[in-house]
Amino acid sequence: MATTTTVETLNKTPLNAIHRAAGARMVDFGGWDMPVEYSGIIAEHLAVRTGAGLFDVSHMGEIEVRGPQALELVNYVTSNNAAALAEGQAQYSALLYPSGGFVDDILVHRMDARHYFLCVNASNQDKDFEWIVSQNSFDAEVEFASPNYAQLAIQGPKALETLGKLTATDLAKIRYYWFERGDILGVPAIIARTGYTGEDGFEIYVPPKEAERIWTAVVEAGQDIGLIPCGLGARNTLRLEAAMSLYGHEIDDRINPYEARLGWIVKLDKGDFIGRNALLKQKESGLTRRLAGLEMRGRGIARDGYRVFAGSQDVGWVTSGSPAPFLQKNIGLCMLPVSASHPGQRIEVAVRQRHVEAEVVPAPFYSRKN
Amino acid sequence: MYPEEYGYTEEHEWVKADGDQATIGITHHAQDQLGDVVFVELPKVGTQLHATISFGTVESVKAVSDIYAPVGGKVIQVNESLIDAPERLNDDPHGDGWLVKIQLSDKNELKTLMTANDYQQYIAAESES
Repeated sequence: MATTTTVETLNKTPLNAIHRAAGARMVDFGGWDMPVEYSGIIAEHLAVRTGAGLFDVSHMGEIEVRGPQALELVNYVTSNNAAALAEGQAQYSALLYPSGGFVDDILVHRMDARHYFLCVNASNQDKDFEWIVSQNSFDAEVEFASPNYAQLAIQGPKALETLGKLTATDLAKIRYYWFERGDILGVPAIIARTGYTGEDGFEIYVPPKEAERIWTAVVEAGQDIGLIPCGLGARNTLRLEAAMSLYGHEIDDRINPYEARLGWIVKLDKGDFIGRNALLKQKESGLTRRLAGLEMRGRGIARDGYRVFAGSQDVGWVTSGSPAPFLQKNIGLCMLPVSASHPGQRIEVAVRQRHVEAEVVPAPFYSRKN
Repeated sequence: MYPEEYGYTEEHEWVKADGDQATIGITHHAQDQLGDVVFVELPKVGTQLHATISFGTVESVKAVSDIYAPVGGKVIQVNESLIDAPERLNDDPHGDGWLVKIQLSDKNELKTLMTANDYQQYIAAESES
């Protein structure tokens, strides 16, 4: 269980010094030196479910598309319908290969009719940028904008109350999956009501040089309501309880949106886009496999990559598995044949040398009430 | 932090010898690296442990970690309280969070263990690399 990190070669966010000074446990996360936990994954997870948590997600990538045909390019390389977005609105979407498999899952923000702001996964950002550029036969410019932004996520039922102390922007008016170009401490910021925890909250994009000041101010502003800094460990358990996909686990270049139960981000009738033909064929021929939720019934924890059995047959694998700190269950997402993917299906997860009983259950495992 | 009378391994287990018997656990450093422990899997009483061979598993929220036998011996007692309260491994790794007690096969194997001082130097060097 040795952990060796060659810090010199890892990418660092503008908040790296703050994490290290605070004694956060740092890990190599896809080439980034990131905090995996501050006070402990369970405490951080519960803080986000009941109060608020603050995450440094500056490793995420930003790509900006501008020009007279910005919308045409974005709509051609993504599966959801960017034309349906109003100014100030965001949507979850996918960059797909012609095969229908994922290049990445992304957030598309419409800044204005000629300007789209994409938030993409950290470890995919170079690949995504090159992919979009390679598909750009439109009158549009594509900018790799990651160095221009630090990204912080303030998540939890008390996120609004906390962030509200630091901005003149009326946060209550920002609806879920909308954003404002406002300010935090007088600094220009994109303030989006989005997140990756299954909780209400905000993701803010700010200039890197202001990141430390804003981080410190959010921590102070949230002290009385129990806000704590959180690492990527809690971010993962939170998104898993909410059954949100993680690239490299639920989705990758060999899995299409239908299999990942993300058919709602595929708009076949919006016009041509990359992957459309393959998805049309998939829809006609029907699915053979799809993601399902699982809950352990026997004593054991499902982990990423463990095999899943149904009636002694090896039928699939766990894409993400973990203890669920808020639900206090051992849960997971898994890829199963459609015939074995219905709630109530008895399955077994191979945990080391044993087969441990589990059951297919509806996902998400957790949905907030507000 | 690290009791002087215990012996330690590079895999972050400790051994407290008492005559022909010994208690085995994981170190403070090990539990700190793991984070919140949520699951412990231990052998049954009567199981023969062999030095350097895995005999159990400790899982935290984020990680699975094998536990290796620091010395050989037959299991005479298992800390059953960890099944319902695995967090004891975080709260008191060198005490209430012990894992198993064994009847030592060969007391000479105790000589292979690190002293508390050696172990502390070992983990300091490990975290620098």
